[in-house]
Amino acid sequence: MASIIGLTINGRKQEHLIPDAMLLVDFLRDKLGLTGTKKGCDGGECGACTVLVDGKQRLGCMTLAKSVAGKTVETIESVGPHGRLSRLQTAFHEKLGTQCGFCTPGMIMAAESLLRDNPDPDEDEIRTALSGNLCRCTGYVKIIESVQAAIAAGEVGK
Amino acid sequence: MSAEMDFELATPKDASEAVALMQANPGACYIAGGTDLVANLRRGIGAPPMLIALDGIAEMQTIAEDGTHLVIGASVTLARLMAEGLPKRFAAMSALAEVAGPGLREAATIGGNLCLDTRCIFYNQSKWWRKANGYCLKLDGDTCHVAPKGKRCHAAFSGDVAPALLVLGAEVQVVGSGGARWMPLSDLYREDGLDHLTLGAGELLVAVRIPLAAAALHSGYAKSRLRKAVDFPLAGVAVALDCKDGRIADLRVAVTGTNPRPILFDHFPDAIGQEPTGAVLDAITREIGKDITPMRTTNMPGMYRRQMAGVLVKRLITRLCAGQGAKG
Repeated sequence: MASIIGLTINGRKQEHLIPDAMLLVDFLRDKLGLTGTKKGCDGGECGACTVLVDGKQRLGCMTLAKSVAGKTVETIESVGPHGRLSRLQTAFHEKLGTQCGFCTPGMIMAAESLLRDNPDPDEDEIRTALSGNLCRCTGYVKIIESVQAAIAAGEVGK
Repeated sequence: MSAEMDFELATPKDASEAVALMQANPGACYIAGGTDLVANLRRGIGAPPMLIALDGIAEMQTIAEDGTHLVIGASVTLARLMAEGLPKRFAAMSALAEVAGPGLREAATIGGNLCLDTRCIFYNQSKWWRKANGYCLKLDGDTCHVAPKGKRCHAAFSGDVAPALLVLGAEVQVVGSGGARWMPLSDLYREDGLDHLTLGAGELLVAVRIPLAAAALHSGYAKSRLRKAVDFPLAGVAVALDCKDGRIADLRVAVTGTNPRPILFDHFPDAIGQEPTGAVLDAITREIGKDITPMRTTNMPGMYRRQMAGVLVKRLITRLCAGQGAKG
């Protein structure tokens, strides 16, 4: 079974024919070519596939694509305005929050979701918000510093 | 994690339609947040021809008070309950924040966490892993690798929210073809890893209610696990008590992660009226130890989890009697 659903992806309203059993991460990557969202553990444990659904962080590998019908989905491709890097992306770049880079899109989306709800989180709140995201390079210290640098740099998503 | 999923996704508009769909489609399965079910399906654990989605049912998304209870729809997400400040009203509900990670809590529901499938290191594996191991009693096989001589499944219930709700005296509402009924949460479970829920065919858990009076109890939840996030409990303990002049006036303890069901202990006649001294705490732990049976269903030995359950019980009771916070 498949059906046509409407949803907003990275600011654009769209309609797509989506099979019932298709995962959101597969829909984004394979159907839409939005390969910035990574597939890591493919089992809900690593957070590499983190995207925003209605502004909240969700795991694309544990979400059925059809279940986000009518909702707003944002991926890493949407965070930088006009082809430039967002504050978070800039901070991850400058503060070495990225090593191999595989966890980075998920880390940035999880951090983005945090900063929209709480523009000035303390370190504990940052750690909690990113607690579902694994970095296999184990560069967590630099990742936390990157988020703090983005906060210091000003408004997120601009 | 390679199994291709193939199912029809039904999207009923209310609970009775969901129940009717379930009864008309044998082998179908309810899906709420899907955070556990999808992981299992992707591992080839089960292949239901139809999933019946509960996230679009408005009547299961409400939070309301009826004068004596806080009534929560089963499809309310854990993240929303946290945002609504439930852990501030009922301290044991800090268990919500201990479930998985933030991205999963945005999707995971309270009903789903209560109806979580039991877990075992021989069960939550890919199909090829399980096949190479001769499958197991819980699925596709006839031997329990945890206790090969036995004839029962020891997979452990590993939800964090159930013990908190048990000590708060919560009830659940179940809808079936015969209408709706409320029952104590403890009646939802039985001691069988293969079939740990007492729900009848097609029956659906639609709501949970917590007595408002439970807000006056000192309560808390503590969890043992390898990592501070994402992991299921090796052992999880919730405690609710009343404390008068430093003496235990009422005491309820619930344990998760050790047995096929979360177990409520509410009968401690020897502890009532006592100060939480070492001897009293030892007696409470011994009482709990009679019923908890952690087996080798996780990557940590059963004995470690048994000891940790006791340690967490003692810590929580001591802390709650001292009137401090409830973080484990």
